[in-house]
Amino acid sequence: MGQILLNGIVKSYGKEVVVKNLDLTVETGEFLTILGPSGCGKTTTLRMIAGLEEPDQGMIKLDDKVVFSRNDGVVVPPEARHLGLIFQSYALWPHMTVAKNITLALKEQKISKSEIAQRLENALDMVQLTGYAERYPSELSGGQQQRVAVARLIALRPSILLMDEPLSNLDAKLRTEMRASLKRLHRDLGATTVYVTHDQIEALTLSDRIIIMNEGQIMQEGSPYDIYHHPANIFVAEFIGDPGINLFKGTISNGMLDCGAISISLPTTIANRGGNLIAGIRPEKIKVSETAKNGWQEVTTGILQPTGANTILEVKAEDIPITLLQTGFITLSEDTPLWIDFETDALSFFDTETQENLRNEVS
Amino acid sequence: MIKAPIGIGKPAFWSVQNISYQAYRLKTRPELIIGVLALCFLSFVVLVPLLQIIQDAFTFQSYDLSYEPDGVVGSFTLFHIDRVFNQPISTALFYKPLLNSLKMGFAVTAIALVVGFSLAWLMVRTNVHFKGVFGAMLVFPYMMPSWVMAIAWLSLFKNDRIGGSEGLLTYLTGIQAPDWVAYGIFPIVITLALHYYAYAYLLISGALATVDSELEEAGATSGMGKWKRIRVITMPLLMPAIGSAIVLTFIRILGTFGTPALLGLPVRFFTFSTQIYASINARNQGDAFVLALVLIVLAISFIWINSRIIGVRKSYVTMTGKGFRKSESDLGKMRWPITILVILFLCMTVALPLILLLWESLTLIPGNYSISNLTTYFWNGKGNINLAYGEPGIIHNKGILEALFNSIKLGFAAALFNGVLGLLVGYAVVRGRGARLSKWLEAIAFAPYIFPSIALGAIYIGMFSTNIGPVPALYGTFTILVLITVIKNLPFTSRTGIAAILQIHQSLEEAARVQGIGWFRRMFRIIIPLSMSGLVAGMLLTFITAMRELSLIILLISPGNMVLTGLIFSYQEMDMSQHSSAVTLMLVLLIIVISVIVRLITRSAGVGRLNVT
Ligand SMILES: Nc1ncnc2c1ncn2[C@@H]1O[C@H](COP(=O)(O)OP(=O)(O)OP(=O)(O)O)[C@@H](O)[C@H]1O
Ligand SMILES: [Mg+2]
Repeated sequence: MGQILLNGIVKSYGKEVVVKNLDLTVETGEFLTILGPSGCGKTTTLRMIAGLEEPDQGMIKLDDKVVFSRNDGVVVPPEARHLGLIFQSYALWPHMTVAKNITLALKEQKISKSEIAQRLENALDMVQLTGYAERYPSELSGGQQQRVAVARLIALRPSILLMDEPLSNLDAKLRTEMRASLKRLHRDLGATTVYVTHDQIEALTLSDRIIIMNEGQIMQEGSPYDIYHHPANIFVAEFIGDPGINLFKGTISNGMLDCGAISISLPTTIANRGGNLIAGIRPEKIKVSETAKNGWQEVTTGILQPTGANTILEVKAEDIPITLLQTGFITLSEDTPLWIDFETDALSFFDTETQENLRNEVS
Repeated sequence: MIKAPIGIGKPAFWSVQNISYQAYRLKTRPELIIGVLALCFLSFVVLVPLLQIIQDAFTFQSYDLSYEPDGVVGSFTLFHIDRVFNQPISTALFYKPLLNSLKMGFAVTAIALVVGFSLAWLMVRTNVHFKGVFGAMLVFPYMMPSWVMAIAWLSLFKNDRIGGSEGLLTYLTGIQAPDWVAYGIFPIVITLALHYYAYAYLLISGALATVDSELEEAGATSGMGKWKRIRVITMPLLMPAIGSAIVLTFIRILGTFGTPALLGLPVRFFTFSTQIYASINARNQGDAFVLALVLIVLAISFIWINSRIIGVRKSYVTMTGKGFRKSESDLGKMRWPITILVILFLCMTVALPLILLLWESLTLIPGNYSISNLTTYFWNGKGNINLAYGEPGIIHNKGILEALFNSIKLGFAAALFNGVLGLLVGYAVVRGRGARLSKWLEAIAFAPYIFPSIALGAIYIGMFSTNIGPVPALYGTFTILVLITVIKNLPFTSRTGIAAILQIHQSLEEAARVQGIGWFRRMFRIIIPLSMSGLVAGMLLTFITAMRELSLIILLISPGNMVLTGLIFSYQEMDMSQHSSAVTLMLVLLIIVISVIVRLITRSAGVGRLNVT
């Protein structure tokens, strides 16, 4: 129960095509995150799954049942799709108490009174809001409102959960807390979950699998590990990671990538291509030394940003800016010389034209 | 990744798949179904009647045979057009009423605007005393029929010209008021202006209250003087409200019937509205239709010209009727004198007419205002053949009680249907935003606005005097009164509906949808409770207008569907001034009492809880 399948989904508003031929499968019990910049079509995709928007083309199946197919003339309305959706704004009904908010849909389903009371209690318990049943939404804090929205969802026990940036209205601390509780919730319910966000930390911490979207297209799908370590293209590489990945554009000569002030040694398969390419390396994959080492590149420090456990260092190799990430609280004065070295197997290489990761091409 | 080009695999329009898809789709989108139904209904009751009278105006009718015995009934003819515009009779039929209507329209609009504006400014922007009381009193005229003032005027100034009794002035001083004071354009303009200022006042005070502080203070900090600030910042921002007030007042004046009839007909002073009435009564419906069409054209051109001059495209927003006060300027020494001036004004426009009505209703012999002549006969008399044609007093008068019942029924029915229709139109328009259906629906719901009341009445005579398919002839029925009242008020209630639905974020309904809650339950559990306060305010407005309406329904009432306003008018026509005064007073009190009760109920029902986040 709980499989979702999207096939060839196209959606446009007027002339603007906002979702372009989307294929997507979510397995039972999986936690899938759709991650992408603002306006890339995440919400639209989620709403199409819920039935709140109609695709122009394509097919959607839930649990092997076709709920939308343009070609076969099938549209199942949202009321009949039996899934749970959490809105960014929570969409609590302001004129009903917390209890009414949670039980309205249950009453609709002709569930027995004792069962409803049971489920209400359970749901409130799960989100730690026992005792708040008679409050109105306007009498709750943002975090509590969010939890009511979650409780409303739990009580219905859908096999599919859809969440649209459920944490974006909360402050940073609350967000971390709620993240953990959402993860627990998913584990306890075992429901298939599609989670939409533009916050990469949420995506990386919560998901079994991530889909990176841009301009209505899937840029990459994979595990958080894969997405982070093997970005499929420059868009993904730059979008994921904070501080952002270092990219160096250069020309291949003698098995090395010549980027001006720095040169990077290449695996033979890549060196054989010749021409230009772009190399990428994450800031934490660059080793740093305060003393000169053989074969290491000399750089001078610029601005340092200690964040507590880590420090972000902006350095320069002549005129090429490089970002480093080191553990510990580092204080160095500006223009201090440092020596750096790239972890060779952490390097990614991208075609300058297609911007695709060459690794995919080679293997 | 290679993507399939977009557009491939879409089934053809007439294919089974596409038709089944569209059918399914319709099922998932209730706003489309409602929108289509509402559009059909509104087209039938708004556009079709209009086309119908255009057609009738150009068709030779059986009642034309008395003028042109060899005409062919049902054939195309310019006979009516010719009669109205191009014959010796046209001067009396068209040109004089046109001139009179325009004179009246411009004069009343100008005075009402100046009065309304001044009062709005005083109430919102100065520290005049007693604002609370004044605020409540100033909207009183809105709750009274527009011709109450005319009846009061007659009580004061009636002279011996038309026979019957004379007014208070003659009784007290023995002087006969000259004709121009008692009848004709002068009293018409004065009494209408003293009623219609309420619209300008409500619109402009609402705008003033929201405009000022934010922007004017910005002007002050950039070093502008007070007058410059008013000229450069406040006035341009008030322009939409002023524009709306002008359009609203002018169109109402064009369509108003009661006052010009009461004060104009005795001296054969005709406006469009009274001429339409006269033509219908003389069985020259064709003339009435042409006049009604001209009236509509006049209203449309006025809206157009007005929006050109004021430069605001939407110069016809509806009223909100909310007054707040902010940044008041000190009147200084003038504070008390101005306060007293306002008190006098209110005495004149609210207290005096009501007192005169009461007094008039208590006089045994009309025209004798002495204490010894006072009686409660016209309230509780059992009927006496020597008095007022033997007509019993209000509480024993079957005709009056029936009309009272009809009026209340009309008020409630119109309010209810208006509320439902406004909600549905609002729902379909807001949820369907962006689609053509939504735009059409909004436009057609607004269309009745441009039909002056009397013209809409004439249109409905043309449309509903015979049966149309399954719809029976509605002329003379109670239904047609409800229908026309609902339609005339639709522009306002649909605005209220749209505003109410706009306030309910779409996700509140969608959340219910995905939880499996069907459309009806969503409406009753979520949409209606959340839009209740706005809807009730709109419905109350409809109730009030329905109860006090005369111009709109004067052409459609008959003994079978008589309402209080119609009854008052006929008493007045028969010079039974005590009866007309007593019934008018009862009507006004009824309206006030019911609106107060509704306000209290909605307040205590805890509508205040709904601060929608
Ligand atoms: N009802 C609508 N009418 C017209 N355009 C729309 C509508 N809804 C969304 N769009 C457009 O579709 C595109 C995708 O919107 P969508 O809401 O899916 O973005 P998103 O990825 O959820 O962004 P965000 O992270 O800001 O929520 C945007 O360019 C948006 O402007
Ligand atoms: Mg979004």
